[in-house]
Amino acid sequence: MKEYELFDKNTKSFIYGSQSTAAQRMLDFDYLSQREEPSVVGFITPEGGGYFKLFWGTKEIRLPRFRSVKEATEAHPEADVMVNFASERSSADSTMEALEADTIRTVIMIAEGVPQRDTRKIAAYAKKHGKWVIGPATVGGIKPGCFKIGNAAGTIQNISDTKLYRPGSVGFVSVSGGLSNEGYNIVSLNTDGVYEGYAVGGDVYPATTLLDHLLRYEKNPKIKMMVSLGELGGRDEYEIVEAIKEGKLTKPLVMWVTGTCSKMLPGGVQFGHAGAKSDSEDTTAEAKNKALKDAGVVVPESFDDYGEKIKETFEKLKAEGKIEEVEEPTVPNIPMDYKQAVAEGIVRKPTNFISTICDETGEVHNYCGVPIDQVIKEGYGIGGVLGLLWFKKNMPQYARDFLELVIQIVADHGPAVSGAHNTIVTARAGKTLIESIVSGILTIGPRFGGAVNGAAKHFSWGKENNMAPREFITAMKAKNIRIQGIGHRIHSVDDPDVRVEIMVEFAREHFPKTPLLDYALDVQKVTTMKKNTLILNVDGCIGVLCVDLLKNLDYPDAEIKEMIEMGFFNALFIIGRTMGFMGHYFDQKRLKAGLYRHPWDDILYDVPNKPEKVE
Amino acid sequence: MAEKGIREFDAKRMIAKGLANFTKSDLKLETKQVLVSPDTDLDGLVGEYSWLENEKLVAKPDQLFGKRGKNNLLFVNKDWKEVKSWIKKHMNKEVTITQTTGETTGILTHFLVEKFFPHKEEYYLAITTDREGDTIHFSLKGGVDIEEVWDSVSTLKIPILSTIDDLDVAGFLPSELGDKAEEMAEFITALYKMAVDYHFTYLEFNPITFVDGAIIPLDTVAKLDDYASYQCAEKWDGAAFPSSFGLKGTKEEQYVSELDERTGASLKLTVLNPEGRVWTLVAGGGASVIFADTVTDLGYAKELANYGEYSGNPTRELTYAYTKTILKLMTEKKDPEGRSKFLIIGGGIANFTDVAKTFTGIIDAIEEYSEALKKTDVKIFVRRGGPNYKEGLANMRKMGKKLGLPVEVYGPETHMTKIVSIALQGKEV
Repeated sequence: MKEYELFDKNTKSFIYGSQSTAAQRMLDFDYLSQREEPSVVGFITPEGGGYFKLFWGTKEIRLPRFRSVKEATEAHPEADVMVNFASERSSADSTMEALEADTIRTVIMIAEGVPQRDTRKIAAYAKKHGKWVIGPATVGGIKPGCFKIGNAAGTIQNISDTKLYRPGSVGFVSVSGGLSNEGYNIVSLNTDGVYEGYAVGGDVYPATTLLDHLLRYEKNPKIKMMVSLGELGGRDEYEIVEAIKEGKLTKPLVMWVTGTCSKMLPGGVQFGHAGAKSDSEDTTAEAKNKALKDAGVVVPESFDDYGEKIKETFEKLKAEGKIEEVEEPTVPNIPMDYKQAVAEGIVRKPTNFISTICDETGEVHNYCGVPIDQVIKEGYGIGGVLGLLWFKKNMPQYARDFLELVIQIVADHGPAVSGAHNTIVTARAGKTLIESIVSGILTIGPRFGGAVNGAAKHFSWGKENNMAPREFITAMKAKNIRIQGIGHRIHSVDDPDVRVEIMVEFAREHFPKTPLLDYALDVQKVTTMKKNTLILNVDGCIGVLCVDLLKNLDYPDAEIKEMIEMGFFNALFIIGRTMGFMGHYFDQKRLKAGLYRHPWDDILYDVPNKPEKVE
Repeated sequence: MAEKGIREFDAKRMIAKGLANFTKSDLKLETKQVLVSPDTDLDGLVGEYSWLENEKLVAKPDQLFGKRGKNNLLFVNKDWKEVKSWIKKHMNKEVTITQTTGETTGILTHFLVEKFFPHKEEYYLAITTDREGDTIHFSLKGGVDIEEVWDSVSTLKIPILSTIDDLDVAGFLPSELGDKAEEMAEFITALYKMAVDYHFTYLEFNPITFVDGAIIPLDTVAKLDDYASYQCAEKWDGAAFPSSFGLKGTKEEQYVSELDERTGASLKLTVLNPEGRVWTLVAGGGASVIFADTVTDLGYAKELANYGEYSGNPTRELTYAYTKTILKLMTEKKDPEGRSKFLIIGGGIANFTDVAKTFTGIIDAIEEYSEALKKTDVKIFVRRGGPNYKEGLANMRKMGKKLGLPVEVYGPETHMTKIVSIALQGKEV
């Protein structure tokens, strides 16, 4: 590669920052340009290692993420470019670090807002060491057929339309990054295409100036003419005028300096770019356009005929036989990104997941179609939210209240029950919140807390088959199944469980009908005749009332059965009791309770003297 | 954006506070100054600044314009009572000042009041920056328009990669300074180090003098690189960046500048002529200038209603709020002569901004204002390219049909600014 070239078909680069989309655009350009290998060898991301996955044509490849410039340059000494996407706060430091690495020759600073003093230092350092910096505040640039910087030149479609996959004869350089793509388009419409093109950036002191690049173009025999787009403010265009006068620039140059409107505007209007501010007569667009014209540059009347002037100049060179015919390569197809294809409505695919209870893809997350802000404003409460997420219904107030009532009633039942005990033991073993409560939750099942579902199932079976209570009890006994939800350790007919009373009272008052509860209480009448404590217990009461609730909400029997099967009602117990488990966990942690060891005297050691020997 | 002027008051305050950190000698800058704004309780000031009543004073506007003496806005060697009535007389008054760049009319709102130092010598001292480095300028002939005595100015260049400690500061000062040279060199060295550390891009004292052996800057102009605000916020200590004199921010302009500050995207609006018929809604800092140029070049400068740009991929909400601001202004009243108005929705070929996405916010706003746009006879012209531009342009066309608005839409195949002549001169493509 000659010293006046920045990139060729084998140029390798690093991306500083996690801009994998920009890197993908570079790789697509590479593929379109039929480069043999991708132009990006890796990312430099101080916040993390690992890799990014990108496409090389249709194939997926992995590109490493290095944690520092040093690590990256050591791994890939063949890469001499860094496209720096660091923010304006860290752009200068990371650029300097790269310039100090022996293997890096060119850095492109994308960030806008880098302090001038930092940029000036970088520019001087780069010049001193024969290195190149483009930017800051730029999108970069492109060398057709060789290398594309980050997001420059837009979509692959645009690159294809403006033939940026193969070199033409024109060297282009602009101040504005946003306009560079427009510039490539204008050059492409009016000539045989861009040989290379860059935006130096809209700052007051871009690290390399328009002239720096024009001087490179001058030396490059493949570039036959130059096109540039300047801006009011600053004196860089006068450097071009000087260079022409000194004979350093001899190739035809078409140039326009924008900002001719500034004379019509009140003083002090700051245009979009930091450098676009004229504070003296000779930095206005008019003055600079005139100076350029006087020096022999082709300057249009206005931006409107910029393209025509470029065409005229190019045609003249062509007539003089100075332009070689461009070979048009056959361009490979770049597969369209799936996302893009979806946006354009030309592909479809079946989904693997379905969600019918909530949607977080909109502007506000919603629960079953109700936006969260509405859930809060309209006072859905925990019960209402369960209604939306579990039952997919906007439930009446009594139903919401009932669910909350159940949750409150089952929240805790003391430290001795299996779930709380396990939670405590685990907490005392020094485990975390999630491990401790999970060990508690894991004991919930047919014997602990599972009676809710069981009771719902058993009583429903009896009721559905129109069995009289006594008949039901006999039938269950014949099957050797204990009726779940019946019986209590302490409470009895004479000493009723207050929790059951509260629920029954609530249901009687608010539920339109309570058929299964009525049936269960009829069963209780029979069982308590046998033994005083064989009452409908808390689990049983919750189970039958849940069935009644669903019936009141017009669920068909088949669906209720399905819900019982999938453990719907246990869920109420789990959600409530988890609050208790967490309480026990926090309690133990606050108490700084040590590791629990079960006492020997609480264990019956009944170990045989020797094991039975099996031959 | 980048270089921004600050008030003389803030510059002197920062230097007085910070200078000591950049020298080993006991260099001190005596400052007795106070800034008076329309909200200041003039009569109550003495409570906090008792020296006001004990010293002779200088008062002058502090609003980023120079040549205050020549514009009769310098009130020197007066007592507090006189200063108070002078300020009361000038506060909130419109004045037209003459500077080298021309005449500017604006409202006086901020005054600097400081201790008056009777002095003999008036020197000139400035620190300027350019690409290659910084330059220190010094002249014994300060207190006048320095351009007129430019031959008397000696300069010391500090290349950007070197430090002032490597240079002979005393050596570049004129020998006539005599025994004051050493102290001046000490002062300049510390000041320069501070200017570097504080990211000053321009610092000028004209004049600066010695009083009883102490250095006193009499008149100060300063600019900071506001790109460095993330590292200098504490050093700058709340220094304000007032807008240029004569540039009254309208309510709408202020609103847009607030939107701009809230986001990483860029939104700019300057209302040039609310009666103008040509309104621009252009994407990109570079393209926006070219569209304004083209309107001017075609001879419609007087009709150009605004300068503005949006860029950096603003969200739908931001684009909507920005567009609405412009639509509100342009539909406030009909053209008195009953002619059409033009909305130029322009832009180059975007590199990575999703055109369809940014257009959604614009379309939202136009839908909301469709009746007002019809009433004020607005014709809309669109030209844009870039990611998803086909979809974006199609949506614009659809919107025009749906709302019954005259909308003409062009893509990258049409020269960027062609829509301006199509709109204003009815030229066919």
